[in-house]
Amino acid sequence: MMIDRSAARICRPALPAAVAAFMLIAAPAFADDAPTKIDSGDTAWMLTSTALVLMMTIPGLALFYGGMVRKKNVLATLMQSFTICCLVTIVWAVAGYSLAFTNGNPYIGDLSRFMLNGLGETWDKPFTLGAGSDNASPFTIPETVYMMFQMTFAIITPALIAGAFADRMKFSAMVIFMVLWSLLVYSPIAHWVWSATGWVGALGVIDFAGGTVVHINAGIAGLMCALMLGKRVGYGHDNMAPYNVGYAVIGASLLWVGWFGFNAGSAVSSGGRAGMAMAVTQIATAAAALGWMFAEWAAKGKPSVLGAISGAVAGLVAITPASGFVLPGPSIIIGVAAGVICFWAATSLKHMMGYDDSLDAFGVHCIGGIIGALLTGVFSYGPLSATSSSPQGSPGGLHQLELQGIGVISTLVYSGLMSLVILKIVDLVIGLRVTQEEEVEGLDVVLHGERLG
Amino acid sequence: MWPRLRNREEDGPMKMIMAVIKPFKLDDVREALTALGVQGLTVTEVKGFGRQKGQTEIYRGAEYQVSFLSKVKIEVAVPSDLAEAVVEAISRSAVTGKIGDGKIFVLDIDRAVRIRTGETDAAAL
Repeated sequence: MMIDRSAARICRPALPAAVAAFMLIAAPAFADDAPTKIDSGDTAWMLTSTALVLMMTIPGLALFYGGMVRKKNVLATLMQSFTICCLVTIVWAVAGYSLAFTNGNPYIGDLSRFMLNGLGETWDKPFTLGAGSDNASPFTIPETVYMMFQMTFAIITPALIAGAFADRMKFSAMVIFMVLWSLLVYSPIAHWVWSATGWVGALGVIDFAGGTVVHINAGIAGLMCALMLGKRVGYGHDNMAPYNVGYAVIGASLLWVGWFGFNAGSAVSSGGRAGMAMAVTQIATAAAALGWMFAEWAAKGKPSVLGAISGAVAGLVAITPASGFVLPGPSIIIGVAAGVICFWAATSLKHMMGYDDSLDAFGVHCIGGIIGALLTGVFSYGPLSATSSSPQGSPGGLHQLELQGIGVISTLVYSGLMSLVILKIVDLVIGLRVTQEEEVEGLDVVLHGERLG
Repeated sequence: MWPRLRNREEDGPMKMIMAVIKPFKLDDVREALTALGVQGLTVTEVKGFGRQKGQTEIYRGAEYQVSFLSKVKIEVAVPSDLAEAVVEAISRSAVTGKIGDGKIFVLDIDRAVRIRTGETDAAAL
């Protein structure tokens, strides 16, 4: 019986340590997976998905954030997304990919793919993630494509953090922070959850496209940035209305469409799993947008455009970890929960707690990610999470919910603490924040010597 | 009904009529002035407030009271004997009866020059 081995590399079910040890002795029980060939359909879709996910950052996120800051900071905000794309590309190629996806140990990969060494030999062969480990996943795409697809995730995750430090971070500090963060926070967590040997994945935590690795990770790092940098000058009484909600709508729409690459592409194949992922992504997002919209309508009297698109993004975030594992019905629940709860987090919670998370990196991405990660544990549909090594999959229930909790907490703790450490170091060496005068003048002209019309 | 301007002896030959009106009334005012024979005017988009309060804008829970409302400022230079008629025409065409209709100011012009020909004062208008 040909079992679908294009199961996402992320849904490796639990192999408790004792069983793992036994399996190592019993050797390749999982090398019953016959060698695969490069499938042009799968590869074509993955090439496309990679482009879609890159589009999510440039210009999707760039415009989404850029439209929400004040006029004097629009260019600086666009520059952040664009520059992070460039920086992380190089960092990933040099070491990030290797640290994330080679076998190494349960906590970090090794440097066997430093400078993408070895891709010259494997460029036309189908890629097996975790080759040589007891948890290998043979794919039908070349390694270059897998590496690139993962690169676009590594790019967008730090770009999300920028939403928390908008309007006040030094560009030089941001560059250094992002390089260190990508290597010291993103790669390790990606390794834990998605590599063949990572300890979080080995426990049985499932995360289809990055609820923990991307959203909770970026969100909590964002909160740390907001706390370390402090509130913007004039926060609470100055008019900080968005420069152009229209840009933000365009950005959010590009995010939505690009997210099909993010979620359906995480199937690493073109077929039923990708199809279901796309379907639940759309449904959850729409439900979330409506959830936020109606919540705002009821609470504030008018449904705003900014609210509708924010709700959509919250839904996209929440469905991310669940996209390959849940059916359409539960996706509506996930969407509505994300829309309503993130509305509360981005409006009430933020003002209650007093932190200045300028563009709600924490309120939408961290909270939305937590909602999605936990509800994945509730609603996961066994057959969707089944793999050749675990035919019954990871069905939703109390046990899976507990596992998801472990994934959430480990991400929060590690990312939160490590981000704080990196921020502190950068602050001590060159300082994180622009001066008050520079902040009032505006980052565009002060940091980049440019002005928007 | 409208306050009449008294043509005083010491009045100069020209007046600048400056009116701040609601933007959607601009076309009506322009038509009224053209009917009077006014041949040119300058229009600027401005913001301001008087007794009309602004709107509340809300962005993700942050409320902003926006006090400034968009208005249009018209400036038209006319011979003094036409000033009263111009004021009346603007008043009648720009009024809606609701708060925020605007105001009209009449200023003296010391000199005027037509750049192309060098004509001065009344001949320049």
